[in-house]
Formats: sequence, C-alpha cells, structure tokens
Amino acid sequence: MFRSHILVCGGTGCTSNNSIKIYEALVHRIYKEGLEKEVHVTQTGCFGLCALGPIMIVYPEGAFYSQVKVEDVDEIVDEHIIKGRIVTRLLYKETVADDGSIKALNDTNFYKKQHRVALRNCGVINPEKIEEYIAYDGYEALGKVLTEMTPQDVIDVILKSGLRGRGGAGFPTGRKWQFAKNSVGEKKYVCCNADEGDPGAFMDRSILEGDPHAVIEAMAIAGYAIGADQGYIYVRAEYPIAVQRLTIAIKQAREYGLLGKNIFGTGFNFDLDIRLGAGAFVCGEETALMTSIEGHRGEPRPRPPFPAVKGLFGKPTILNNVETYANVPQIILKGADWFASMGTEKSRGTKVFALGGKIHNTGLVEIPMGTTMREIIYDIGGGCPNGKKFKAAQTGGPSGGCIPAHLIDTPIDYDNLLAIGSMMGSGGLIVMDEDNCMVDIAKFFLEFTVDESCGKCTACRVGTKRLYEMLCKVTDGTATMEDLDKMEELCYYIKENSLCGLGQTAPNPVLSTLHYFRDEYEAHVRDKRCPAGVCKKLLRYQIVADKCKGCTLCARNCPVGAITGSVKEPHVIDPEKCIKCGVCMEKCRFGAIIKA
Amino acid sequence: MAKKIDVPFNGTKEQEAKLRAALAELKETHGDNGLMIAALQKAQEIYGYLPEQVQHIIAEELDASPAEVYGVATFYAQFSLFPKGQYKIGVCLGTACYVKGSGDVYKKLCDTLHIEGGQCTDDLKFSLDATRCIGCCGLAPVMTINDDVYGKVTPDQIEGILAKYN
Repeated sequence: MFRSHILVCGGTGCTSNNSIKIYEALVHRIYKEGLEKEVHVTQTGCFGLCALGPIMIVYPEGAFYSQVKVEDVDEIVDEHIIKGRIVTRLLYKETVADDGSIKALNDTNFYKKQHRVALRNCGVINPEKIEEYIAYDGYEALGKVLTEMTPQDVIDVILKSGLRGRGGAGFPTGRKWQFAKNSVGEKKYVCCNADEGDPGAFMDRSILEGDPHAVIEAMAIAGYAIGADQGYIYVRAEYPIAVQRLTIAIKQAREYGLLGKNIFGTGFNFDLDIRLGAGAFVCGEETALMTSIEGHRGEPRPRPPFPAVKGLFGKPTILNNVETYANVPQIILKGADWFASMGTEKSRGTKVFALGGKIHNTGLVEIPMGTTMREIIYDIGGGCPNGKKFKAAQTGGPSGGCIPAHLIDTPIDYDNLLAIGSMMGSGGLIVMDEDNCMVDIAKFFLEFTVDESCGKCTACRVGTKRLYEMLCKVTDGTATMEDLDKMEELCYYIKENSLCGLGQTAPNPVLSTLHYFRDEYEAHVRDKRCPAGVCKKLLRYQIVADKCKGCTLCARNCPVGAITGSVKEPHVIDPEKCIKCGVCMEKCRFGAIIKA
Repeated sequence: MAKKIDVPFNGTKEQEAKLRAALAELKETHGDNGLMIAALQKAQEIYGYLPEQVQHIIAEELDASPAEVYGVATFYAQFSLFPKGQYKIGVCLGTACYVKGSGDVYKKLCDTLHIEGGQCTDDLKFSLDATRCIGCCGLAPVMTINDDVYGKVTPDQIEGILAKYN
C-alpha cells in the first residue's frame, strides 16, 4: 500500500511541454528520499485540460497541479510529500474553494458537465500496465461476451444501445457488424481506424495513449461478433507515443492470453497487428484505408461492394473508429439501456471533442450528446481569451462547416449539425473570434483538400483546385459578385460527382461560410475590404492624426521607408510603398496606427 | 514540389545490407500482404530519405515494379525523395495552430531561411515542412525542430530559436 499516488500526464500535449522530465525528476527524488515504498509515481494518459499542461495530480488530497516545471519538482516533494503542505501556488485555481480547501476535480467548471465514457481511464490508469486496466473492469466485457453471449447477442446489444460511428459519418455500429456477420466467408477482418487526420482533432490519439486496452478488448469483441480472427489497427506514424503504447498493450494482452489462440479457454482465436499510416488524409476514408493496409496508394474504391461484403484483401471487413471501440466494452458491461439513456433520441451516448483555437481551456472534453455549443464553449471552455467576441465554431474539420454565433444554442448531435451545414466529424471543435476572417478559413481548408485529394476523381482533383483559386481571388480583392455564385455552383458539382467522402464534403467549409458569412465575402468583393483585417492584400495601415504625437518611431522602424512626417507632427503612410508588415503598428506606443 | 538538390547518392554497403535484412524480416512477419508501406518506412529510417537507388532495391526485394514503389513513395506525405536537413523544422498548420497565427510563423521561416516548404537550405542544415496537426493544440502555434517542441511561437522569436542551432 502506498500512502500517496502521484499521477503525471504522459499525453502528447504535456510531453511536448516536458512532462517526461518532470516524471523522471520526481522518480529520482522519491528514490533519493527512500520513499519509493510509500509514494507511487505513475505516468498516465491525457487528463484533457491541455491548456494547463504539464499536469500532475497528487492523491489522496487530489491536489491538481498545473503548468508544472521541472524546477517545481523539489518544492512539491519537500513541501507536499514530505511535510504534507500543499503547494498552493501551483494549484489549478478552479480547484481551490473560497475557504482555501481543495474541490474535487469533478466540481470544476471544466469537468462538471463532462461525462467520461470513452475517456474514462484516460488520466486515471497507467496505460503501459495491463493490470491497472484489468483492475478497472478491463477485459471483463470480453469474458462476458465469450462465456455468456452468442455473437448475435453481442450485435443485438450494440444495435439496441444506438451507438453510431464516432469517426464522423455516424453510421449505426450494430448494423455495420450485422452486415459483416451475415456475409459468408472463411476469413473476415476487424479494422480500427486510428488515422486521425482532421486538423485539430486528437481524441483518438489520447484514447490510444491513455487507454489502449479498451480498443484492443473492443476489437476482440467485434471479432467474436462477426466471426473474425484477425484485426488491424491503422494508426498514424505521426503518433509515436500512441504506437508505442499500443505495441506494449498488444504484447501484454498476448502474454495474458487475452489475444491469440483459445482466449478464456473458449476456443475463440483473435490476434491484432498494427499498420502504420504514412500521412495521407484520404486514408481516413474506409476503402482508402483498406487499400493502404494492403500496401498500395491509398485511393478509395467504389462502394458497393461495401467492406462488410468485400473489404480488406477482398474479405468481409468491419472498420470502426477508435472512439467507437472505446465505448463498446462499457456497453457490454453496463447494458444497452444504460448507454441509450445518455444523449438525444437519435444520437445516443457521449462524444469527445477536442477544443482548440481561440478558447481558454484548450483540451479534450467528453459530453453527453445534446449538450449545446454554448455550454461547451463558455461553461466548459471558458470562452474566448482577451475579451474577444466569439464569431464561429468550426466542427468536422475540412469536411465540416462553421457554426455562427447565433446558432450557439443548438444541441449538438449528428443530425442537428448536418441540418446547420456542418457535421460531427471526428470531433475537432475550433473556436474563432472576431479577428479570424471566414474567407481565409475557407481558403485554409480548401488548400488542405487540394493537397490531400488523392487525384482519382476529376471533380475533386480539379474542382477543389479551381475552388481554391476562386477563394484566392476573393482574398486578393479581384473577385466579382458573379464569382461568388460560380463558387457555389462548383461546390455542388464537386459534392455530387466525387467518389468518396473527401470530395463529397470538401466544399462544406466554403458553402457554410458563404451561407452564414456572405457579408464578409461581399465586403472582400465589393468594398475590397477584409473586415477581420487578415487578408494582407486588402489591408491598409493608417495613422490616426489625432492620436499621433509625431515621435517618428514608426518612420524609423519602417523597413521600406513608407512613413513620412516631421517631428511632433502627425505622420502618414504611403499605401503604394507599404508592404503591410505591421511593424509600425507594433511599435507605436500611442495606438495611433490602425488597420483599415 | 520540393527543390531538387544535387546530392550524389552516398549510401553505404552496410546500409544496403541492413535494408535487405530488414525487408527479409518484414516478409517473414507480414507474409505477402501489404508490405510496401512498411518497407518504405524502414528504408527511410535507414537512409533518411528514399533516393532512386533505394527504391530499386525495394522493387527488387519485393518483386514489384519500380513504378509501383515510386507510386506509393510519392503518395504519402511521410516519404521524401530528397534528403532532409540536419535540423528538420516542422510548423503545424493544423486548424487550431492556424487560427492562432502559425501561418505567419511559417512565412517568417521561409523568409529567414530563403526556402519554401518541402525544401532544404543549400548547406543541408535546415529543412522546412508544413505539418498536419501534431496534436498538442494547447501549445498552439507549434513548431518542432527535430525532437524539440516550441509552443506559442511568434514570428519575432524565430531568429532567436534558429540561432540555437547555428
């Protein structure tokens, strides 16, 4: 028994911020003090509150230390561990009650509205120890399935729970499994899509890093349900920590007989292998992913035949996303009704979102479906920093759309998001404030899809390129109002004529911004003005004569000599010479230079 | 398109032996199915990039046509046909970083190093790539130099950061 447990976050966000060195320093100090039998130091998966990383929690007090530095380790050990005095200055402010006592983490605004199902073990267990997963009911669901249920029972439970694919499209998971079970074939495959490509989404990585066994267990359950004995996890090579923890987890599961031959003595065989993706966004599409596992260029194939009939290596295959799998063991253990009691009528359960962009609490949150955007952004996320005004939230990555401020009270589920022109996607949620230009954002996503289009279909390969060029015209101030209509027409053309999800959804960022922020497009086209002051070609720096004291600082710093004026007289910027570098505005001490 | 740098292929016998051994091992573990990507990953690990000569070795070992190898090598962002710099700089252009200004950081790097994304400086010291989301959005905007991660980067910090590697 240990008198104290120290949990250090070992997710990518915190490790990029030196949390491994903090962990090592802690272990070193604990050994030096001879406390290793009393104090247990563990590296866990992601706690979710990445904005405050590196994070450390000390139990039994539940002291939540945030933004810890290596230099703080000695103070934490000296004060907290040895003398029992909590280091108040490092505590996450939200966890300190008015009387100075420590509040439970679940009572803080960030965690209060969350409901952790897929993330339940992240930040709680050591992902590199199978024993800790087992202690939290791990592999019990697999045992139950193999000893008490028929494959059809398993599928019925998943169907009844209402679980839908968490990768984006929201196809009912149970139905997918049923199709694959019904397909005749000696060899079938279970695949896991961990090729998380949406920029700004990192929930799958966090699950793999924080709770890899949950995914392994769920894949074995799926294998039993459809009659497969081999699985593949296709994971991005850019996620080295996730790959490493998965590799360890698979090895441990094999040693425990939870993967391999004759699992639980029931005669059921199932094994798993990892396949590393090599960086292609299109490989998140199911048929492209399978082509890639087969070792080829990851180009999508036409459907039908659907993967459930003819998938990997031409055999019946199911492919689910990491987060979908992470829900499965819980559903088996706690029942379909438990799962279905969360969320909305058509979207059951919870969804993990990666909050990013202009928001206070960047990080990972898991909320019941039906929570409103307002609750996520303001109550959990803490709103936009620096008192800026919220403008839009982007969901669904390059396939999704922007949700404007007036729709912030929309309850989030698959169908509502589709209805307002966005989509759930894998769960990236990027917040934008008044300083972001929506045309520029649309252009950013198009640039991404132009780059990532695999080139198989003309509509996508050429269409997205032309669409991107039109957007460039808008941001350069050379587009006409007619171009806006043409853009819209081209969007629908690309959507209708592309083979796979990438092309079919690529125009969404343009369509949704055109729909909700048409005035911004028109300002670029008609007034040659970028309201947010982002598009460089349309930018004009001006000096407000009333505020200018004639200190000459701007003129001396201008790299091209575009600013003239006498000492103690208001200066002027020559727009012909100005290269819009913004140095003058940065240097001015009187706020006399504005973007117009 | 990356700038073609005229670096003669200087792979060693040891590297070739290592590659052939690695490919043989892969054939053992993967069977005949889906070797190509793993093979290219191994080769890039050994050589740092995938020059034509290396692609030929892979084609020969896997009994594939060189065109097939080239096709896969050029499809995925991870593979590079040109050598990378001693210090590989990556700037995250994922959405979260982008809305927080990583585009300006990227531009500043291009201007400072006089190269574009995917290219390498003439002295083979720095290469620059725009990367997809690397998933530490709490640190946005993020840039990496080899294994060092720099968070909340602003364009005016660039020269100071690069100076550490000079």
